[in-house]
Amino acid sequence: MFYPMDVSGADLQSDSFEELAMPLFDQLYNFAHWLTRNREEAEDLVQETYAKALKGFASFRLGSNFRAWMYRILRNAFLTSRTGLKVTMTVPLDTEEDGPELAVERDTPETLLFERMNQEVLQSAIDDLPVYSREILLLCEVEEMSYQEISETLSVPIGTVMSRLSRARRTLRDRLRPRLQEETTTVAMARERNHGL
Amino acid sequence: MVCESWKTKLDIYLDGEVAEKEMRNFDAHVRNCPSCAADALARVQMKRSIQAAGKRFAPTSDFRRRVRMSIAPKPRSSFGLTWTLAAALSLVLAASSLSAYFGIERSHGAQAYSEIADLHVAALASSSQVDVVSTDRHTVKPWFQGKIPFAFDLPELQNSEFSLLGGRMTYLGQAPGAHLIYAVRKHEISVLIFQESALVERWGNNSAARKELSFNVATWRQGGLRYFVIGDASATDINNLAKLFETTSS
Repeated sequence: MFYPMDVSGADLQSDSFEELAMPLFDQLYNFAHWLTRNREEAEDLVQETYAKALKGFASFRLGSNFRAWMYRILRNAFLTSRTGLKVTMTVPLDTEEDGPELAVERDTPETLLFERMNQEVLQSAIDDLPVYSREILLLCEVEEMSYQEISETLSVPIGTVMSRLSRARRTLRDRLRPRLQEETTTVAMARERNHGL
Repeated sequence: MVCESWKTKLDIYLDGEVAEKEMRNFDAHVRNCPSCAADALARVQMKRSIQAAGKRFAPTSDFRRRVRMSIAPKPRSSFGLTWTLAAALSLVLAASSLSAYFGIERSHGAQAYSEIADLHVAALASSSQVDVVSTDRHTVKPWFQGKIPFAFDLPELQNSEFSLLGGRMTYLGQAPGAHLIYAVRKHEISVLIFQESALVERWGNNSAARKELSFNVATWRQGGLRYFVIGDASATDINNLAKLFETTSS
């Protein structure tokens, strides 16, 4: 997916804020709902994001990435909200990173089951991730942001993006593993029963 | 493991984030290595599954309409009406421009300082005032690495009345910054540091403490950074802590 979001001076003069911001509405809402886990709070967060962005549109730097700017506003608003503060206060300090952490994955046979996985199980597993893992996974996989865009959105270096992403994927796999095994066992038992009949 | 070096970068390769030359090498390797090909396939399946599962929530049309209305440009008044209003207003504006200017300046200043006061109060009111709890500056400073796009120095507090309680991330406008909390006697003082260029508000370069909203605040610019020291401690304490930072950073 391509988002022509690097806004030039000419664009800024001719395009209104509404024209630039509204195409991002569904994505921002989806992201806000994932962060807050609540429809009303997600709506408040998106409303606040648009209000702040409109107010600060004059300070938006020409040539920079508008989409990353909007996501950054939303995320900062979330982090300073009551829910955001509560969530981030519970993040253990030792989750912080000093550079890329790219562990070799040796659980390929299990990950092959992702194709068959029930979507609700996967959504539940993503929902259970710590907020810093959840947000980076969604920005990369759902919003299809480049590492550079994620780096701008989260205000962290690209090395941190890589290590957080690696950790998020590993955590998701670890949490899905028992559910995958359960699913595999259920399927095998059903097959045995059918075979017995 | 022959493929270990490839597999460590497999996710980055699949995210399209390796250099072009390396990408070609990867393509060739994955084509010829059944193990890496299977692993890559599994990871692609995982990416697709997460993408599908991640598109989960949709806003209501009513909410979309409300937001659109809130940001829509206000309709402009007609040419004639505009000129009539302009003529009427110009007289009023001319008469009150001087006092209005100073009023607005004061109002902007007060609002800007109230945001700093909000950050200070919000941190002290929080059940967890700091994210990194340490009195050691060599523990607190590295904690900010990778979290904020700049570095800063913390003063040595030996032989001073101040003690460091810890630090946390903060935001002013959309600019990320460092929030340090110090204690002096029974008072707690916030030191907030931001990149000067990232702040929308423009501040003076005067570091002397002034009274704002009953707090004493000192602010100054140094090395491209904007410092704020705020608290209910005396102006002397605020100035002393500010001086410690200024000396350390110079």
